[in-house]
Amino acid sequence: MTTPFVQLKNVSKTFDVSAPWLNRVIERKPQSFLHAVSDLSFDIQRGETLALVGESGCGKSTVARLIVGLYASSTGSVMIDGQDMRIALTSNNEAARALRRKVQMIFQDPYASLNPRWRVADIVAEPIRTHRLIPDGAALDKRVAKLLGYVKLTAKDGEKYPHQFSGGQRQRISIARALASNPEFLICDDPTSALDVSVQAQVLNLMKDLQREMGLTYLFISHNLQVVHHIADRVGVMYLGRVVEIGDKKEVFGAPQHPYTRMLLDAIPDLHMTGKARTPVAGEVPNPLNPPSGCAFNPRCPRKFEPCDKTRPELVNIHGRQVACFAATSAQNSATETVMTLS
Amino acid sequence: MSRFFDSDIWWSFKHSPVTVVAAVLALLCIFGALLAPIIAPHNPYDLAQISLLDSNLPPMWIASGKAEFPLGTDQQGRDILSTIMYGSRISLLVAVCAVLMSIVVGVGLGLLAGYVGGRVDSIIMRIADIQLTFPAILVALLISGIARQFVPRDMQDSLALYVIIFSIGITLWPHYARTVRSSTLVEKSKEYVQAARVIGVSQTKIMFKHVLPNVLGPVLVIATLNIANAIISEATLSFLGVGMPPTQPSLGTLISEGQNYLFSGEWWITVFPGIALIVMVVSVNLVGDWLRDALNPKLR
Repeated sequence: MTTPFVQLKNVSKTFDVSAPWLNRVIERKPQSFLHAVSDLSFDIQRGETLALVGESGCGKSTVARLIVGLYASSTGSVMIDGQDMRIALTSNNEAARALRRKVQMIFQDPYASLNPRWRVADIVAEPIRTHRLIPDGAALDKRVAKLLGYVKLTAKDGEKYPHQFSGGQRQRISIARALASNPEFLICDDPTSALDVSVQAQVLNLMKDLQREMGLTYLFISHNLQVVHHIADRVGVMYLGRVVEIGDKKEVFGAPQHPYTRMLLDAIPDLHMTGKARTPVAGEVPNPLNPPSGCAFNPRCPRKFEPCDKTRPELVNIHGRQVACFAATSAQNSATETVMTLS
Repeated sequence: MSRFFDSDIWWSFKHSPVTVVAAVLALLCIFGALLAPIIAPHNPYDLAQISLLDSNLPPMWIASGKAEFPLGTDQQGRDILSTIMYGSRISLLVAVCAVLMSIVVGVGLGLLAGYVGGRVDSIIMRIADIQLTFPAILVALLISGIARQFVPRDMQDSLALYVIIFSIGITLWPHYARTVRSSTLVEKSKEYVQAARVIGVSQTKIMFKHVLPNVLGPVLVIATLNIANAIISEATLSFLGVGMPPTQPSLGTLISEGQNYLFSGEWWITVFPGIALIVMVVSVNLVGDWLRDALNPKLR
């Protein structure tokens, strides 16, 4: 097997959220650190879509910013196509520029991700100008028109300002900008959360089409499981900065092993279930400044038992996916034991 | 040019009668000031043209006034209308240059403080805070007083203009720095700045091409307000004897000179320069207000 296109190895990100030094000295407060992402490892194959899901504050967006190089990881490494993303942050040589060109991002809020004072054509042309891919002139205009065409806008729209477009159109402009530098890997930080349902489908289908045409690799971050189901090949479920279950979409959605995945799936509103009470996800996300000991999910877990609040479960291969849960592992073990005693 | 007349800005200008009136008044003031040597009825600083026989004449519509001096004369027989035109020339020059200087310094430092943050931010903003605890006029007095010590005596009059521009400009920069810093902090965290970073745009380019255009809106409004402030600061300095020399009086100098004669009944010497000052300040302000709305793409 070849090396994966994107590879995260034991990536952690810690933010120093301590009070200012003077306050700490006077009020005798300790330094405090927020572990936004802890010990995260996963791979993405070329041409694949991996979706990360989880509740607000579980570190999804931090993962996106770590991969794209907006944050430097505290420990661990992010490798893209065999190159450490760290060089894109620290150096400015040809390799770093090429790496930056390869990885682009689509942001959550289409109302904030486009500079309101720039014309759309300039916004879309920015990556091209920055990396000096095409000199200014007719060739650049043609390229911008083509990019706008990819996202079903016309060359004439390039003359307008972002505020003259709707949310869905803006998100498409954002996609056109992300495509401008011929990237291979797109990180989508919840690109549909600010859009209407009808527009969501439009943007998602567009993204799927583009992926097929250009062979793009996606990391798709979302809290919306239906959107994820629509677009992803593989799904990773995050809880409090850690992946608790990751595997093929069909496996994870079809037979969730982690109780948290099950809770998320049970909470989805469904037209067929109208009138019936749904199971809400019980409890609140714990404070990430002071996470529970053992498995971070144990205070909310219906299947909590002996070791859950003492030791942290590691990701284990079960039923064709990886799960970090003692309950799932012991069920698997007892099942194998039964099979063994029977045979 | 036809593009300008087709633009949204021109449209919104035409449809705001207050702005049209204000702009006409502001232009009148500016042209009157700029073209003073050509269109003023007299040259009040040419000793050959003034006569003490014409001193303290009231405005022309009062019985003892002369049509030759529409707004009356001062105690030396100088035409008030002409002194206003020559005076506003100097006032405007000082105010505009001082504001331009404070914009360059204030916006630059504010942008740097907001964008870079950390220690740079703390140092710049603490200096601004310290300066703001002193009354602006005191700072200006101090600086022009110190600057005078370094200027040779025989050059003081010729350099007075630059000294006063510098000392007023220095008092105004914290306003811009504060405003620009706070809007920079807001803009910096927006996703379009992060998008530019992901693309690989350099930090300086992000600062000047992305953030700067988005923080300039309020600067324009403060600038117009500050032109009024600068005119008043300049008048105060001139009144205290550290501003413009008597050979080049500004509007402020005229007002403060005239107020000596208020109680002896010659009100016109101080009132007309005062009215000129108010008209100038209010009209420039109204135009600035309209410009703020017109240039904001979100309100178009």
